[in-house]
Amino acid sequence: MRLTWWFRKNLIRVYMVLGFTYLFIPVAYTFAFSFNNGGKSNLVWKSFTLGNWQNPCGAPDVCVALGNSIRVGVISTVLATILGTLIAFAIGRHQFKGRSTINTLIFLPMATPEVVLGASLLAMFLNLGINPGFWPVVIAHVMFCISFVVVTVKARIASLDPRLEQAAMDLYANEFETFRKVTLPLVAPGIAGAALLAFSLSFDDFIITNFNSGTLTTFPKFVYVASARGIPAQANVIGSAMFFLALFIVIAGQLVSRRKAR
Amino acid sequence: MADASSSTRGDLRIVNVTKSFGDFTAVDDLTLTIPEGSFFALLGPSGCGKTTTLRMVAGLEEPTQGSIHIGSTDITHTRPYQRPVNTVFQNYALFPHLSIYENIAFGLRRRGIKDVKEAVNKVLNLVELPHLAERKPVQLSGGQQQRIALARAIVNRPALLLLDEPLGALDLKLRRQMQIELKWIQTEVGITFVHVTHDQEEAMTMADTIAVMNEGKVEQMGTPADLYDNPKTAFVANFLGQSNLIEGRIEGNDGDNFVVDVFGQKIKINKNRSHAKDSSVLAGIRPEKIRIQPAGTAMSGNVLTGGVISDASYIGVSTQFQVEMPWKQELMVFEQNDDGVAPLEKGDAVTLSWEPVFTFALDGREDAFAGSEVHADEE
Repeated sequence: MRLTWWFRKNLIRVYMVLGFTYLFIPVAYTFAFSFNNGGKSNLVWKSFTLGNWQNPCGAPDVCVALGNSIRVGVISTVLATILGTLIAFAIGRHQFKGRSTINTLIFLPMATPEVVLGASLLAMFLNLGINPGFWPVVIAHVMFCISFVVVTVKARIASLDPRLEQAAMDLYANEFETFRKVTLPLVAPGIAGAALLAFSLSFDDFIITNFNSGTLTTFPKFVYVASARGIPAQANVIGSAMFFLALFIVIAGQLVSRRKAR
Repeated sequence: MADASSSTRGDLRIVNVTKSFGDFTAVDDLTLTIPEGSFFALLGPSGCGKTTTLRMVAGLEEPTQGSIHIGSTDITHTRPYQRPVNTVFQNYALFPHLSIYENIAFGLRRRGIKDVKEAVNKVLNLVELPHLAERKPVQLSGGQQQRIALARAIVNRPALLLLDEPLGALDLKLRRQMQIELKWIQTEVGITFVHVTHDQEEAMTMADTIAVMNEGKVEQMGTPADLYDNPKTAFVANFLGQSNLIEGRIEGNDGDNFVVDVFGQKIKINKNRSHAKDSSVLAGIRPEKIRIQPAGTAMSGNVLTGGVISDASYIGVSTQFQVEMPWKQELMVFEQNDDGVAPLEKGDAVTLSWEPVFTFALDGREDAFAGSEVHADEE
């Protein structure tokens, strides 16, 4: 009887704990095994060591792969964010023929299976006489990131009161100043969010990259290939570090926006 | 060009301006002169074209036809930032990412003025909110945001300040207070204020001159007293306050007055207050001008007999009577609750009277209810 009552009262808490456990067990597992002194294979727990964290590039080629991923990620993010933001402004702020068609087309890359995209891109590159490698991967990443950037930035633009821009124009700001002093600062959080999303999508991508990268090794590709022989603990170190970096950015972002609101 | 304090000063002239959106004509061949330094109100129900007119003056809409001038300068096709005009927007439109100080300094900085501190502080003092300079707009109450929006506009010393329903979002008490304050600030800074509102009381409290707009046209323009006492159309008579409009026919002359027959009884209407086109008229009288007495009492002036009180509501300062006349029309009578009031009740037979000078006459073919139904859905 008392147990039922306790459950009724704490059901939401129990549910929350179970939910978060489910979400974070893989992360906790990855983090824990980054301290495993497991040698070449990191499947079985052997003993605790800080060695992997002290020497994250210890495993052969892991940092080369990481460097490639970061380079691809940064370039694709910058390009996709610029292009996507421009598209979002065009769709969100202007009336023109074919606007709704473009609105729909933007969603298509998000809905298309990645295997199909990857395979067709490879076919296209080969037909054009372009060999798989760094730039084809960047082009592919920019392509699928743009959709996400457009959707994110567009939502922010839609929530922007057009009267703010009218007020700026009314207060002697010309079109360019209005954009720089009012529109851009107000849309910036959306653009930043879109950029973070684009980077994580690019950094994470395996399928499309695998088709178009040729001999270029990215971090996901490295992990995939290594998993056949046993993933080195350094991969866990890098994975965990990425997780904590993302967590840090989110918390810092929250703090900054909270302070700004005050 | 963007310097508001340059030569573009003078009356605002709107000349034959038409604005169409597709098939809909929002503003229809409007011609209006707003004298420099006045507090001018554009009053009308929603959709009457008053906000569109304001936006065309601000440069946020372009007229389909016609031209707009300030003094001798044609501003019809100039960009909003090239006009010596500032606007207080309906929802204030304060920049959420800037502090109050930077919001107010925005216009000055855009015009290349380096030393904004003195001007900003002065205007913050004028609206009595100097302590809020470092806050962000979201941290302010509605009334405070309203004042900052006003400060942000007047700091630029424009030739013309446009106010788009500026008090619409405030509660009644604060609105009353801001009405008085706005009027005071206008006198203080001496800038021409053009105020758009659907609230007739607000327009009458603040404006020197009111233009009543309906369906894209100005119905009548004049001082508040002029519009109230001598309306030219049924729309104005009903939109500004309440009116009893009784069908009648001009039967003859009596000196300065017309003698008008209303359902067999004779009343007089001053010729200066007659806007009738021919003998068919709507005789108008405001409810508070009518005296009400038990039937049989001898009364002077315009007298209508045969009324029966169909409803009486006591509302403190006055009692409002609905009186059914022999021709089945309900007339409204507001009687001050002062000493001389006979205790009249529902069902009592009464006689109504008023001074002939309070009567006005409208064209008899007008719709007697034009403008009366719009109040209900606005407030």
